[in-house]
Amino acid sequence: MRKIALTATAVALFAGLPLAAQATPADDLKSFREHFIKMFPGVPLEEYKNGVYAINADARSSWEAIEEFPPYEDELERGGELFNTPFANGKTYASCFPNGGKGIRQNYPYFDSASGKVKTLEQEINECRTTNGEKPLGWNKGDIAAISAYMASTSNGKKLNVKVPNDPRALEAYNRGKQFFYAKRGQLNLSCANCHYDNAGRMVRADTLSPALGHLSHFPVYRLKWNGLGTAHRRYGGCNKQVRAKPFPAQSDEYRALEYFHTYMSNGISVNAPSSRK
Amino acid sequence: MRKTARLVTTASALATVLGALSLSPQLAIAADAQVVEEGKKIAFDRKKGNCLACHLVDDGDLPGNIGPPLVAMKARFPDKSVLRAQIWDSTKANPNSMMPPFGRHEILTEGEIDKVVEYIYTL
Ligand code: HEC
Ligand code: HEC
Repeated sequence: MRKIALTATAVALFAGLPLAAQATPADDLKSFREHFIKMFPGVPLEEYKNGVYAINADARSSWEAIEEFPPYEDELERGGELFNTPFANGKTYASCFPNGGKGIRQNYPYFDSASGKVKTLEQEINECRTTNGEKPLGWNKGDIAAISAYMASTSNGKKLNVKVPNDPRALEAYNRGKQFFYAKRGQLNLSCANCHYDNAGRMVRADTLSPALGHLSHFPVYRLKWNGLGTAHRRYGGCNKQVRAKPFPAQSDEYRALEYFHTYMSNGISVNAPSSRK
Repeated sequence: MRKTARLVTTASALATVLGALSLSPQLAIAADAQVVEEGKKIAFDRKKGNCLACHLVDDGDLPGNIGPPLVAMKARFPDKSVLRAQIWDSTKANPNSMMPPFGRHEILTEGEIDKVVEYIYTL
């Protein structure tokens, strides 16, 4: 019964945004950006790649000190080694990606018209392994995060450029991600938007809430709390658990759709990965 | 869940009626320092009310600032049942409320909510 009630709330909320439901992704992007530009006047669009540090000067100075000797340096280096080490069959990761896997992060996730699905970078890293006879890696941390972070780092400075092609299946995936972002969930009844859109910049206890704009520019992220790198889907799971909702599995349809919408909303902001966070 | 809702609505309707006759059962415990103390514990407990996540409350450490400071509650809520209703289900007043619906989602029990109300009402 609770599940039904929650779904109903989500639907009702979404239906409460009739304009938004019909808006094109380009319209959504425009109003999403404008919301934050109004909320934090004087913060340039590009700054949002720094997450919460774009809007919190106090936290920023200690973060800048940490970034002088990046805690993710070893893992990033290991990611590069793994990326360049040939599989048992002699092929490399480079053979699976456009441009040898360099400078392509800004295009992910993308809608794959052959399969009709949203594809993430981590998904294709594992597909590359299995096509070449290797075992897939675990999704959230460890080697996959290191490889993904290395690949993303070769794209630093390139502006996110996720596309929603003119294909009803792509639009459907985008809209599912959008609905996920705005839907209230969990026992605490909170949406991603409640924390990272409506209340960005405010404090939940001692934590400043980061703006959703720019969220996906710097993943995988190194978190002090994790003591290592983690993917965006690892963070999604954590934010779902915080509101006492059951997290979805990493790389589930739900999280891939969410990442699709969420990254699209940051189009135009430079890749800046990895980065460190609390 | 719906049944609880109905029970509570009935209960608070009853309380309103009784209140009008100055016979509110809640009045009897209003002055009870022990209840207020327990209410404060529940309100501050991160696993229970966790009101400090969002509100400045009393002498609580590191309050958030998502909701308004909880001060002058008697002036803000002359009718105590309206305060209780806000805590029981904040989404009634504001469907997109950031505040969790403590009663509707059974985050707190009815008894715990009563105690939190008694505590908050002293602020
Ligand atoms: C109860 C509040 C709350 C909710 C709801 C919530 N988050 Fe978060 N989230 C936080 C806090 C606190 C942090 C850590 C501080 C920060 O960077 O915002 C965080 C961090 C993040 C980060 C990392 C930001 C960075 O720069 O590394 C991402 C991405 C994120 N959240 C996405 C989401 C998504 C997607 C949802 C919904 C599925 C969600 N959050 C729901 C509170 C919340
Ligand atoms: C995650 C955030 C959050 C938490 C936790 C929270 N609140 Fe709130 N509260 C709010 C917000 C935001 C409002 C403003 C009204 C709205 O948007 O619904 C509010 C409004 C209120 C009001 C109405 C204040 C007024 O003057 O109108 C009261 C009373 C209140 N909260 C009490 C509590 C109590 C008691 C708790 C803990 C048991 C609590 N809140 C926990 C966010 C929160």
